[in-house]
Amino acid sequence: MAEHATHDTHDEHHDDHQQSFFMRWFCSTNHKDIGTLYLLFSLVMFFIGGFMALVIRAELFVPGLQLVHPEFFNQMTTMHALVMIFGAVMPAFVGLANWMIPMMVGAPDMALPRMNNWSFWILPFAFTMLLLPLIQYAFFGVGAGGPAGGWTLYPPLSLQGGNNVAFTIFAIHMMGVSSIMGAINVIATILNMRAPGMDLLKMPVFCWTWLITAFLLIAVMPVLAGAVTMLLTDKFFLTSFFNAAGGGDPVMFQHIFWFFGHPEVYIMILPAFGIVSEIIPTFARKPLFGYQAMVYATASIAFLSFIVWAHHMFTVGMPLGGELFFMYATMLIAVPTGVKVFNWVSTMWKSSMTFETPMLFAVGFVILFTIGGFSGLMLAIVPADFQYHDTYFVVAHFHYVLVTGAIYSIMAATYYWLPKWTGVMYNEALGKWHFWLSTIFVNVLFFPQHFLGLAGMPRRIPDYNVAFADFNLISSIGAFGFGLAQLIFAWIVIQCAFLGRGAKATDHVWEGSKGLEWTLSSPPPHHSFSTPPVINDKDLAHGDVTH
Amino acid sequence: MRRLSTGLGMLLAALASTAAWANPERWQLNMTPGATASSHEVYQLHMIIFGICCVIGLIVFGAMFYSMWKFRKSKGAVAATWSHNTTAEIIWTVVPILILVGMAIPATGTLIRMADTGDAEMTVKITGYQWKWRYEYVGTDVNFISSLSRDADAARRLGSGVDVTAIENYLLDVDKPLIVPTGTKIRFVITADDVIHSWWVPALGWKQDAIPGFINEAWTQIDEPGTYRGQCAELCGKDHGFMPIVVIAKPKAEFEAWLAQQQAALPDVSATAQTPAPAPITKS
Repeated sequence: MAEHATHDTHDEHHDDHQQSFFMRWFCSTNHKDIGTLYLLFSLVMFFIGGFMALVIRAELFVPGLQLVHPEFFNQMTTMHALVMIFGAVMPAFVGLANWMIPMMVGAPDMALPRMNNWSFWILPFAFTMLLLPLIQYAFFGVGAGGPAGGWTLYPPLSLQGGNNVAFTIFAIHMMGVSSIMGAINVIATILNMRAPGMDLLKMPVFCWTWLITAFLLIAVMPVLAGAVTMLLTDKFFLTSFFNAAGGGDPVMFQHIFWFFGHPEVYIMILPAFGIVSEIIPTFARKPLFGYQAMVYATASIAFLSFIVWAHHMFTVGMPLGGELFFMYATMLIAVPTGVKVFNWVSTMWKSSMTFETPMLFAVGFVILFTIGGFSGLMLAIVPADFQYHDTYFVVAHFHYVLVTGAIYSIMAATYYWLPKWTGVMYNEALGKWHFWLSTIFVNVLFFPQHFLGLAGMPRRIPDYNVAFADFNLISSIGAFGFGLAQLIFAWIVIQCAFLGRGAKATDHVWEGSKGLEWTLSSPPPHHSFSTPPVINDKDLAHGDVTH
Repeated sequence: MRRLSTGLGMLLAALASTAAWANPERWQLNMTPGATASSHEVYQLHMIIFGICCVIGLIVFGAMFYSMWKFRKSKGAVAATWSHNTTAEIIWTVVPILILVGMAIPATGTLIRMADTGDAEMTVKITGYQWKWRYEYVGTDVNFISSLSRDADAARRLGSGVDVTAIENYLLDVDKPLIVPTGTKIRFVITADDVIHSWWVPALGWKQDAIPGFINEAWTQIDEPGTYRGQCAELCGKDHGFMPIVVIAKPKAEFEAWLAQQQAALPDVSATAQTPAPAPITKS
């Protein structure tokens, strides 16, 4: 009888390799160890990028320049973005994919384990290179510092940098290589390594969102590589791709950049949708509402992400027809995104909820991400965008979707799967403290920035008129509160992952958890499923597979 | 404590009135309705979308909070097993599309009107430099550089020891403002000399990037005389935060007198005689 088949053949010890520290952590081809490396790397980058954000908020605490020169301020805003996007959010999602996808589809490991090792180990070198000019300048007084032209690297400004331009561009090339290899691995794993009976439309939503994300990555990372290579040759080899004086076109860079940049935005949010779609049904003890609608909505968002790029450029002077097209296309994204939010709310309707930390972060995600979605819809309206564009309103918007969106989902995922990964329950009381402090302070931090932008404060300025003083002060207080609250998170992770402190986690961990990963032991065996598991439709995470 | 209560009082005052903030004010919560017909349209559009978002937000968050309050395991809630409802799914796909169409229609109208720079009575050429603006009154020889006012420029330095809050219009004041007539459709042609800048005065209702090698167009017609302040909105290097914009709208006669005075005060006419004066780009 299929119902009675369990996966208890996975003995925790039979494949517990005795490896040296170096072999295990530097030469690993194991999806879990590489996943751990990705996640720890991301955590370190999160604190580095967060520290830069605090330098920014400290300078903006009161009007007048008190701490840093404007040039260094610009380096902070630029590096904060690059480190957070490429160093914190993207590697965290790849780490989660590494850990969870093989376990969710019933595979022993990722399809391409050696490439997996390589794609991780590129990252520490890429980020050393990215950060080197800044480190040299800030700590040793050597050179002119890091890139200061904004993370979007718009020429001609970005080309006014010194040698840091080359450092940044090569670092971006390496990150791109890493991301593309990671994406190939995800696609190869999902398409080839699913256990018999795990049809595509039976996969957990997290696998679906990552499959679509991986295709986005493969499509757009080469575009970014092309754009920055042209910057490189403009800077060092006297080409004029983007130099108007040489017949080039500075606006073309923006078109190419955002053709990468907008799908990139969804690269950072689609896996988050997947995570939340796993967590809410678990703690609602009710199947996910509209599983297939979720999959199709994700695919629609991914498709639309390729035809909306110029909404980042409404003020560059596009023809009327172009502005109208990009406005309409952008507004359309609200429809599949709305479907997702309605589905999450419907999953909660008539359910039986408890609010452990992962659920708190997931619910926080839905509410706060939706606020970011609303401001996104407002930004799509071109005439209104003429006022919002490049102001703190935009800063508030993308921090709502990235901090309380992407980062909240990563935290939710960490709390959700940490007991599975480590075999130890995290400290629930501390987790709740972390959630509530983060949620209060993140709103103190970012909500007033809407007001600042509407009142007329441009983004990326180190100093401001006294009219903007009050909300900047509040925002900075929120920033330090939010930053300090993340130390709780680090401590919780250290407790579970390194100190092994806490109650022993059961295999099932959560009362309402469903899906293959929960049939494995906590922590799972070295090779997740060395024999394919038997798939029972009713044990799948989303319950009803026919819709 | 007193500071806090004043702050709260100002916040309440800001909430209570949507008075036309021509320039940013403390505790300002909302966009300025501005000083032109376009900026009023933009403001109304902004308020319409904001209102729609609030209503949708109330419904969605209301349903969420109701669920979280009502369907808790601790309150004995038992989970249902359904996971789809075709009618509901069709409704929440179609209704948002209709709402979006409703939003797109006024937005399109406003955009078309804002894009129409025809019938302008005068043209001002704006050139962005690191970190100042040049204004040229096309058809005349009047042109000048406008940069951050001296007192603010001295005070803004790291470690200047000056209390910047004591400086009036700190970082929003220039040495030579752009003077324009009221009740006149003014076309702006906007470009840059070095890197990309963006010319933005919130009271006019738009910003337009100044890009080297490109000439962008925009227009305005200011009805009320007044002083309208803005800033460069596109990151343009280390002093991006220190290149403000000030537009002073004067009644037409006063403007004509000012322009004639500027023209007369030009030091050397022969310098401009070598290059043919640009043809006045007025009503053709």
